[in-house]
This record gives sequence, C-alpha cells and structure tokens, in this order.
Amino acid sequence: MSSTVIRVNGKAPAEVSQHHVPMLPPPVWVDGSPSLRQITDDIARPLEMRPGKGWWICFSIAFAALLNLGGMVSYLFAKGIGIWGLNNSVGWAFDITNFVFWVGIGHAGTLISAILLLFRQQWRTSINRSAEAMTIFAVMCAGMFPAIHMGRPWDAFFIFPYFPNQRGPLWVNFRSPLVWDVFAISTYLTISLVFWYLGMIPDLATLRDRAAGGIKKFVFHILSLGWSGSQRTWSRYEIVSLVLAGLATSLVLSVHSIVSMDFATSLLPGWHTTIFPPYFVAGAIYSGFGMVLTLLIITRYTMNLQNYITLRHLDKMAKVTMLTGMIVSYAYLTEFFSAWYGGNLYERYHFINRATGPYAWCFYLMVLCNVVTPQLLWFRKARTSVVFLFAVSILVNIGMWFERFVIIVVSLHRAFLPSGWGMFYPTVFDVGILVGSFGLFFTCFLLFIRFLPMIAMWEIKGVVGHGAHKMALSSQEQEEPVSV
Amino acid sequence: MSDKFLVATFTDTEALLAAVRAVRQDSFRIYDVYAPYPVHDLDHAMGVKRSRLPWVTFVVGVLALGFALTFQFYTSVLDWPLNVGGKPDNSSLAFVPICFELTVLLSGLATVAALFLRARLYPGKKAPKFADDITNDAFALVLRWRENDFDALRARRILEQSGADRIREKEASS
Repeated sequence: MSSTVIRVNGKAPAEVSQHHVPMLPPPVWVDGSPSLRQITDDIARPLEMRPGKGWWICFSIAFAALLNLGGMVSYLFAKGIGIWGLNNSVGWAFDITNFVFWVGIGHAGTLISAILLLFRQQWRTSINRSAEAMTIFAVMCAGMFPAIHMGRPWDAFFIFPYFPNQRGPLWVNFRSPLVWDVFAISTYLTISLVFWYLGMIPDLATLRDRAAGGIKKFVFHILSLGWSGSQRTWSRYEIVSLVLAGLATSLVLSVHSIVSMDFATSLLPGWHTTIFPPYFVAGAIYSGFGMVLTLLIITRYTMNLQNYITLRHLDKMAKVTMLTGMIVSYAYLTEFFSAWYGGNLYERYHFINRATGPYAWCFYLMVLCNVVTPQLLWFRKARTSVVFLFAVSILVNIGMWFERFVIIVVSLHRAFLPSGWGMFYPTVFDVGILVGSFGLFFTCFLLFIRFLPMIAMWEIKGVVGHGAHKMALSSQEQEEPVSV
Repeated sequence: MSDKFLVATFTDTEALLAAVRAVRQDSFRIYDVYAPYPVHDLDHAMGVKRSRLPWVTFVVGVLALGFALTFQFYTSVLDWPLNVGGKPDNSSLAFVPICFELTVLLSGLATVAALFLRARLYPGKKAPKFADDITNDAFALVLRWRENDFDALRARRILEQSGADRIREKEASS
C-alpha cells in the first residue's frame, strides 16, 4: 500500500507543524494566559483587600457630590421648581436634558451584555458586568429627574396605574407618551437589574466559597442562592441568559425610541420629526460607549486589571463609538436637510436659529464633540492610546449632553409666535443637581467595583478555558499528521 | 436518608469530557457534573436535554400581551373614557408600546422565576459540596449509588483510566 504525504506550501508535515500557521491567529482577550485559579485571584483580590488611595479619592469626590444632590433636592422639594431657571417659554430644561442623557448612557451596557452575547462576541466578557452596572446606575439617575421635576413630587406615584385606584375610576392616560415612558423605563430598570444579578450568581458563589466567614460570607451565601456549579443548572442557566438577552435586545431599541416619542409626538418645530427614534437610539449607544470607556479606563487603573481590560477591548469600543458617532452625524445632516426640503416655515426657522441663534455655541460644541471627534478614531494610534481615548470619551459625554440640551431648550425657547419667545439661564440649582446626579452615579459605581465582582469571572474562564484560543489549538493538532 | 456518592475531580476539561463519555458508555448514570463555568459539549456528553424554560417565556409573554391589551381597553374605553384631543377612546395603536413593555417585563421575570424554581435556587439554600474549588478551578463528576447493583470498583477503574485527579467516596444526606 502506497502512502502519500500531503505537503503544505511545499514543506513536509514535520516542518509545517514547527513553523506553521497559515491561518489567522485566534483572538486572545486576556493577556498573560492565566490559569483558572489565577483569574479568580486576580478579580476577587481587589474585593478582599482594603481599597487603594485612588479609590478613596474618587469616592470622596463622588460622595461629596451625592451629599450636594441630597441637599439641593431637599431644598427643591421645600421651595418648588421655581428655583430652577425655567419660565413660561422653556418649561423643560436641565431636568429633562439630564433624564435623556442618563437613559442614553444605559444603552451601551445593554448592548454589550445582550446584543454582543447574541452575536457571540467574546470581547464582551471582560466588560459586560461593569457595563451592566453602569446601565442600572444610569437608569436610576435618569428615573430621578422626571420625579423631581414634578410640581408635587410626593404624588409621583400617580404616574403608575395601581390597585386599589384611589383616584376613583380615573386612570392614567394610556395614549400619552409620558406614560409609555414610565413603563419603558421601569421595565428597562427591572430587566437590567435581573439580568445583572442573574449573571452575577455564579461569581457570588465563588466569593462565598472564598470568604473566610462573618458577615461577608453570610451575605454572599444569601445572594448566591445555593449555587453549586451543577452542569444541569448551568445548562438551564445558559438558555435563560440567552432568552433574557433576546428580551433585553428589544429593550435597547425600544426604550430610547419611546423616550424620543415624548418629543416626536408633540407639534413643536425641532421635535416633531419621524427621524427621532433611530436617531435617539444611535445617540444613546454612542454616548453610552463614551461612558463605558471613561469608566473602564478608570477601573483598569484603580483595580489593576490591565490584563483583563486590554487595549484590544478599548480598540473595539472605540470602533463602536466611531460607527455610532457617524450615524449621529448623519442624523444631524438629515434634520437640516428635511428642514430645508420640507418647506415648513417654523421648522426651517428653528434650524436657522439652532445654528445662528443665541444658543449657537451649544450647537457648535455639539458638532465638535459628536461629529469631528469620532473621526479621529480612524487612526489606530488614537484607538490604542489610553490617554487619548479617555479625552475622547469625556468629549463624547459632553457632546451628547449638549445634543439633548440643544434639542430640548433651543426648540422650546423660540417656537412659533415671537411673543412667546424667551431665554433659559441655568441657576446654581440646575447645575448643582446635574453635578449631584454624577455624584450618585459614581458613588454607586465605586461601591460596586469595591464590593462586587466587576468582571464576570465565570465568563472569562469560559473564554480562556474553552474559548476560541483552545479550540484553534486543538484543531491545529488534528491537522498535523496527514497521510493517505 | 443518606446517599453514597463517588466523586471524581478533574482539572482538565478534556479528561472530564472523556470520563463522562466513558462512564455513560458503561451504562452508569451520572448524578451530576460540577464546573466553575459551563463547559461546552458537556451537555451533549451527559445527555442533558435542552431546557424547556423558553416555553415559559412564550406562554407568559402571550398572557402578558393579552393582559396589557385588555387592561388598557378596559380603563380607556369601559371604565372611564376620557376625551383627550378628540382621539378615539379605543386608540389601539397608542396601546402598542405598553403592550410591548409589559410583555417583555412579565415574560422576563417569569423566565427567571421558573429557572429558580426548576433549579431549586433560593436565598439561604446550602449548596451541596462534593469537592473543593468547584467555584474556582476544579471539575467534579459525581455518581450516586443507591441502586444495589452499583459496581464501585468498575466505576473507579473507568474514572481512573480517563484521567481523574482524585476519586473518593462521600456520604451526603439528600
């Protein structure tokens, strides 16, 4: 029987297996190829040690801002919303701008945890946990604003239909986008929270088994629900995660669409446009990725996680930021085109006013941050420089806050009859409550990275232990001895 | 009642998979396998069927959709019709967003609740512990002998051959 040796590129198999690899190298999402035990140690150790100086500095600043928020909101409740710069022309300003801004931030977290899970993007494993946490804290900040901007915030629960209905048979108006918003935001918060917690259960069990005893062990024991790592449970767990990811995916697209309908269903020039839902969703993901970049760059330094949140992760996120930034830019262009082409006098005036009126500087700041800045991310050098990316992420956040300010305040301040025009000037309370909401957000986030596993240990183990890298290695082994 | 278990621990998933296959080929029934992360192909090797939990999502989703529609119709048309901008009482298109949100909310919560019920996960439950480091870096294959014809020696031999690091007997109350 004759045997033929297959030659690859004119080399005998022995040579091929040594110098090898005529195929793309598999992606490696964790540096230093740590063992499973090493992964647990690396991620759990920061939670078991006292926090470093960096953490304490960040926390004291954030907590001071949170205290400021508490004080200012108490004063607001005592005096009423007259302490803000609102007037008859501009009835929504910083409050609703902040609301839309914070809801938007949340979207990147859900995109990373749900859509990238469905698309089997392995790079999400290092960042999904903290991105989901960011979603929850951002939606908490968002939810605060509609409540505190009410004239009588103690009656805020009136926006929910409830039993027994103490308003007699009078119900909320289900035709109103504001009521849709209530349902959209509360569903979003609930599902995000459940998804986040569900994903954390195996890691909480790891922390439970590591804890020496005392209150920590008890809390993790309660929270981990008796998780044992049974494969039968894992199997169900993975299916349920996929189902939840599917549900959350629909929320990524729907929540900000519904938020945009608060504006789009009105008749105000600048708000009354059909482009709003997709435009808002793209902007939400863009701003959210900006915030994820900010947070993860801080986290990887303060918690020493450079091996897990690598430059390749930052590069991927920068690319998503660039893509969504360009969608947002395209939406800006489309708005101007429709205003010109649509021929509606008020609509056209609104856009002329947006670019040349008293708030034009806000508009140009927004263009600078959201149209020009993402274009810098075409360069690999820019995407792999941590300092540069941090600066870009801050600009993205600023730009997206101003986008909402432009949409809301510039539309309101000169609508229809000139006799109804006015100006909005923020007071110290407007600015203070905005700063305070950042305090709430960062306090929550810093407590999270201090007490809970900010990287999904079990998912990282799955990627390292049995992911693309290992599969590619085993397929190489199979290729070696080929003889017919 | 107290059960006796045979626990084999592994550090390598390939050996674990081989052991699972070998044990099942020899017509032993696997009690369970414990792992720090879901090992792919293990479901298949163990013969675990795909979970039917997504049916819960579907059924509850349909019920939630029906509830959301009827509730909005009842409040806006039957219980207290209110003229808002001359829109019809039954503005069914305007009911779509809330129908969607309630469907997602209730089916999602029901799916997770069903998982907790089915997998018996609840706060304060004591996790069964067959080996150390299961939630860290160890894998354990567990066989139970309640049946009289359980041939422990043969099971041990198979497990040893497929590369188990350590095999021990363990008693636990169930």
